[in-house]
Amino acid sequence: MGLSTESQFHVLAVDDSIIDRKLIERLLKTSSYQVTTVDSGSKALEFLGLNEDKHKDTNQLSISPNSHQEVEVNLIITDYCMPGMTGYDLLKKIKESSSLRDIPVVIMSSENVPSRINRCLEEGAEEFFLKPVKLCDVNKLKPHMMKTKYKNNHQNPENQENEEISEEIQPQPQQQQSNNNNKRKAMEDGLSPDRTRPRFAGGLTVASN
Amino acid sequence: MDLVGQLQRQFVDYTTSLTREGFLDDQFKQLQKLQDESNPEFVVEVVSLFFEDSEKLLNDLASAFQQKIVDYKKVDAHVHQFKGSSSSIGAQRVKNVCVAFKTYCEARNFEGCSICLQSLEQEYHLVKSKLETLFKLEQQIMAAGGSVPEL
Repeated sequence: MGLSTESQFHVLAVDDSIIDRKLIERLLKTSSYQVTTVDSGSKALEFLGLNEDKHKDTNQLSISPNSHQEVEVNLIITDYCMPGMTGYDLLKKIKESSSLRDIPVVIMSSENVPSRINRCLEEGAEEFFLKPVKLCDVNKLKPHMMKTKYKNNHQNPENQENEEISEEIQPQPQQQQSNNNNKRKAMEDGLSPDRTRPRFAGGLTVASN
Repeated sequence: MDLVGQLQRQFVDYTTSLTREGFLDDQFKQLQKLQDESNPEFVVEVVSLFFEDSEKLLNDLASAFQQKIVDYKKVDAHVHQFKGSSSSIGAQRVKNVCVAFKTYCEARNFEGCSICLQSLEQEYHLVKSKLETLFKLEQQIMAAGGSVPEL
């Protein structure tokens, strides 16, 4: 296990629900990732070393982006619906930061709302998982983290160049294909559990069928 | 069949019936899959968190409805949380009540909401006692020197 590169990947998980934090932590640790969990977007930004003072593009941040972080973060997975800063707000802040925008971000949500999914993907989220998140979802994370690892090995002040390289390796979120699949999966997943149970008053006597 | 075998059989049958009756869905199985020797208490830990969280939510919901003017936004937030947590542990019937509850909330339908709250309390206590029975069975199996069957 020590030889596997997976043990080097560090995921930051953000969720206001203690149950979901426990769940995502176990899912990630089962996949041999290091995990840090926080319960809000602002705590996540704090952990990532981004605060209001060190605003966007100071020289310091672009040349050695990880210097102000305690630990390197290879992926951020966040719940969408959180009080205060939503997962979407967090995603935006990360993508607006020159030091953090290369970190892949994945959004989780209990609600299957296509417009929400699209908005997140367009803002740069790599994946959108419907809750409850499963092991097969977590298995999709590695390629995104590998992309960052590759880029970090080739780190130089010209972040632009690295972004172009990564575009060739992996399609950007703007691309149709993989995102349509994610969308479709999300929508299918969203439909099936609810489809079997009526939602309204009649279904209240949920006493077994 | 020896004692361990009998208990294991009981465990499998009980879990199957809980699924059949809709108390637990596949997500509970997913939780069980995440439990192993390095995390032998995982399911109990998550479910305990769920119990704590749920009891608080039920209290909050009860007091929200005791107010002269019901704050439906607050109620909706509580129900949303309950829906999420029950879904995360696979408590299907609880989750389904939450889904209906949300609809009544959005419609600001006091009576519908009250019925849902009652139903929620009922379903929660039902699934709680069933899960506690399940955990007791597990303990008995291990005390008898056996291991909990994987489903």
